[in-house]
Amino acid sequence: MKTKELVCIGCPLGCNLKVEISDEGSMEITGNTCPRGADYAKKELTDPRRIVTSSVRVNGGHLPCVSVKTETDIPKDKIFDCVKALKDVELQAPVKIGQIVAENVAGTGAAVIATKDIYVQ
Amino acid sequence: MKTEIAIIGGGPAGLAAAVAAREAGVEDILIIERDNELGGILNQCIHNGFGLHTFKEELTGPEYAGRYIEKVKEHKIPYMLHTIVVDIAENKVITVMNKEQGMFQIEAKAVILAMGCRERSRGALNIPGYRPAGVYSAGTAQRYVNMEGRMPGKKVVILGSGDIGLIMARRMTLEGAEVQVVAELMPYSGGLKRNIVQCLDDYDIPLKLSHTVVDIKGKKRVEGVTLAQVDENRRPIPGTEEFYECDTLLLSCGLIPENELSSQMGVDLNPVTSGPVVNESLETSVEGVFACGNVLHVHDLVDYVSGEAKTAGENAAAYVQGTLQKAGAEIPLKGENGVRYTVPCMVDTERMADKQVVRFRVGNVYRDSYLCVYYNDKCMSRAKKKVMAPGEMEQVILLKSKLEEFEGLKSITIRIEQE
Repeated sequence: MKTKELVCIGCPLGCNLKVEISDEGSMEITGNTCPRGADYAKKELTDPRRIVTSSVRVNGGHLPCVSVKTETDIPKDKIFDCVKALKDVELQAPVKIGQIVAENVAGTGAAVIATKDIYVQ
Repeated sequence: MKTEIAIIGGGPAGLAAAVAAREAGVEDILIIERDNELGGILNQCIHNGFGLHTFKEELTGPEYAGRYIEKVKEHKIPYMLHTIVVDIAENKVITVMNKEQGMFQIEAKAVILAMGCRERSRGALNIPGYRPAGVYSAGTAQRYVNMEGRMPGKKVVILGSGDIGLIMARRMTLEGAEVQVVAELMPYSGGLKRNIVQCLDDYDIPLKLSHTVVDIKGKKRVEGVTLAQVDENRRPIPGTEEFYECDTLLLSCGLIPENELSSQMGVDLNPVTSGPVVNESLETSVEGVFACGNVLHVHDLVDYVSGEAKTAGENAAAYVQGTLQKAGAEIPLKGENGVRYTVPCMVDTERMADKQVVRFRVGNVYRDSYLCVYYNDKCMSRAKKKVMAPGEMEQVILLKSKLEEFEGLKSITIRIEQE
């Protein structure tokens, strides 16, 4: 049996989680105050994922950049590839919040969407 | 120009206060914002994690602001951009300035202070060394990277483990910079635990507690900084110096409520928070002037700012509608034994809502201790807390019914006790 300690990132509470992993691979999670903590611990130890946020260039807008995020979480080891892929994206104003900026970013299957309105200036 | 409620600042606090005041039936509201768009600091907080309480989903800063901006627009609440308030007189005449109209005055019946806070600067930290380019507050760097598409540098050291510093450690790393270390003067982090995990641990960025910058090298541009360990009195320990070559130093060393306008108009400030002293209605010492958000006390969570601002907006509405009772007997709220301050500072049992949230911060890391509420000198509640830390705001809830029941209530004290 192995024991792992984690801090849940699901919300600002930051619960200290204790995960006991049996030799067969089943997990017992304690220390979480909500079900999200258990989900996080399972995922973190088997398939760690993160939502990635960044910004991409916009031409002709009231700001030179628009903030973006991956619509779903992506594998942790794809984070740098995702940010790199966004470096080549250039948009034209206006940009609407929720607008798709890139599809299937870095082969993760996740779309990247704008998180802010940029209007023409 | 006249308005019923003037709101100073169009960030998360100002927006939520405006929406609440309108929904409470006040037609004539004006938001005054100095930036070129509404949303305040949320515009540069492009990371996610906002809104779990308010919207039950995880949003980024601009998305969270967007929800409120949309409501302001739906309600057709007027706002002025690029407009700076230079003075508020005690009779609520506000002197403002912008490019198109020059300087002019607005007469308001009620004022909501929602100016937010600013970062502690290098000058306030007394860091020795030259003053080269490359020293930025973490928030300035955040604006450059996230909104203006510019990188402040390539090799970075961060002083201070406040949330913005932690978030910027990750952000600069993702954008190709090498973040070498985050140094924190105190023996504990000033940021949220989740940010240590997802911003530092995820990227193997070391956090050096009880460390500070003792020298900045470089005349034109930062060439490096020297870190040293500090003793329990926060004094650098000779012989522990370590030099880090870098071109950028980011400072994330605390936020200070921006209250020049408030003190100019005679609003009493709390020296602990640097924010106004307020009662249960979030009304300051000047009648009809309310405060909410980071100008009142620095928050960790925007969700709490929105909630607080809603209260301020509703009470300002009641004030101009003449339905807010005159403040009567105020029972003082005190923080003791590790509880550094409380917001509000006093409650009027007649004016208070059925449930009054009292927020505060603690002065140190407390493990396995009890958070106690006393009415006069009688302990009324004792809640076990696994851990409390200065980086995370705490709260207790006071019930109106309990306060009214208690005979001869003179003061309420919140304190931390050990076993």
